[in-house]
Amino acid sequence: MISRRKAIGAIGAAGLLSGCDRIIASPTVRGVLRSAEGLTMRAQRLVTDRTALAREFGPVDLSPVFRSNGTAMPRSADYAAHLASRFADWRLVVDGLVARPLSLSLAQIGAMPARTQITRHDCVEGWSAIGQWTGVPLRLLLDRAGLRNGARYIVFHCADDFGAGKYYESIDLIDAFHPQTIMAWALNGQMLPVANGAPIRLRVERQLGYKHAKYVMRIEVVASLAAIGGGKGGYWEDSNDYEWYAGI
Amino acid sequence: MADAGDRPLVYRHRLATRLWHWLNALIVIVMLMSGLMIFNAHPRLYWGQYGANADRAWLQIGASPTRGMLRIGDRSWDTTGVLGRWKDREGNVQTRAFPWWATIPSRYSLSAARRWHLAFAWLLVAGGLAFLVASLFNRHIRRDLLPRRGELAPGNIWHEIADHARLRLPAGEAARRYNILQKLSYLGVIFGLLPLLVLTGLTMSPGMNAAWPWLLDLFGGRQSARSIHFLCAAAMLLFILVHLVMVVLAGPFNEVRSMVTGWFRLPRERGR
Repeated sequence: MISRRKAIGAIGAAGLLSGCDRIIASPTVRGVLRSAEGLTMRAQRLVTDRTALAREFGPVDLSPVFRSNGTAMPRSADYAAHLASRFADWRLVVDGLVARPLSLSLAQIGAMPARTQITRHDCVEGWSAIGQWTGVPLRLLLDRAGLRNGARYIVFHCADDFGAGKYYESIDLIDAFHPQTIMAWALNGQMLPVANGAPIRLRVERQLGYKHAKYVMRIEVVASLAAIGGGKGGYWEDSNDYEWYAGI
Repeated sequence: MADAGDRPLVYRHRLATRLWHWLNALIVIVMLMSGLMIFNAHPRLYWGQYGANADRAWLQIGASPTRGMLRIGDRSWDTTGVLGRWKDREGNVQTRAFPWWATIPSRYSLSAARRWHLAFAWLLVAGGLAFLVASLFNRHIRRDLLPRRGELAPGNIWHEIADHARLRLPAGEAARRYNILQKLSYLGVIFGLLPLLVLTGLTMSPGMNAAWPWLLDLFGGRQSARSIHFLCAAAMLLFILVHLVMVVLAGPFNEVRSMVTGWFRLPRERGR
């Protein structure tokens, strides 16, 4: 038997808290809160040189175990076939607003100049892992393809299934041309494991983990994100209202 | 009132102080509750540059198939019902770290908690800076908060602690000014906890790490900063609880009125 005071207290607390939840769910409130993302991005860009580097660590700082997150093994038959043939027939497509669309094999990408960096991977959940990444700077791929007028964003289309469709992410040209932004094909000196995004994944070191698209199949250069997925620029942005700018 | 003559009203809190107090009452509660939800996304704390599930956590809130538990170092406590394993409003068992009544929003959502936390962080910083400027200008810090000569003497501090322990709170003329324990608490929050919370928060931002790499060196890494951020939040919660208890003990009507209108009635001298 619950005492009357306890019952009234519980109802009062629940009423207060469900009131809070109603405020939280209100579109106006969400709109106001969302405006802070633009403020944060502009403020960070204001105090950060566009080429300012993320901290690079030494081999002694490596995480003993580099945690993988999200998809550990894409489910599609296409991906399974690529994996079985060790990505011999896999091609990275670079298209959209470019002068010369590309279709590159893993060997061709491996023959391009590579950058190796030991950096910290920060998940939006709060954990961090330090790993050594090797890959081709995205800038070199974009220069080879040649951006056309109006190009503003780079979209990464991935092989892993998420919900109804495939994973996708996007960054702007400031991050795309940053010296540490690479399409990585190796982790800790080994070819990129499947759990970490084989054969190649994006590293965009000044943003959180969900921006670092794994299993990248196609790099599309676009003028606007409106036609990509739900229009907010990425899988988590569209499905769960995560920030597109994930520098914080 | 008959005795109003020997208990004068004094103008105690200026407008800037009152505005900042009530603005912060809202902001800090939103920050604490949305912060607990963000913690729920990864309820483990580490020291150093990195830290994930395979690494040793110095603090962890978790669940077994039947119990909730808090572990700090090698010690652990059963916290079933409050931490790690609790029932939500519908009576369903949840195994998140902090319970629904302590978080914003009450149902698990890391993205919504981040929207609240990172938007209100701007208000916290903007309000704090405005208060600092106003308080330098109106001499609040120098006149009301900085300890005077002799106040920091161990004898005086000990005397105040002993009086507070016996709940003999300052009365009469002595209540015109903050006592040394109040001054040290407020100075500690304004110039200690709040700046630490903001700076450790910025240290968790990969963008700010590139902009201001010294943040990582100052706090010994992103995961250390996350731990310090959590500990400072706990200290802030403790400050709020003690603050509320003291308001109740000192006379809630008079105290709340003074923080709303600025006017405070000096408490009667003891023994009269």
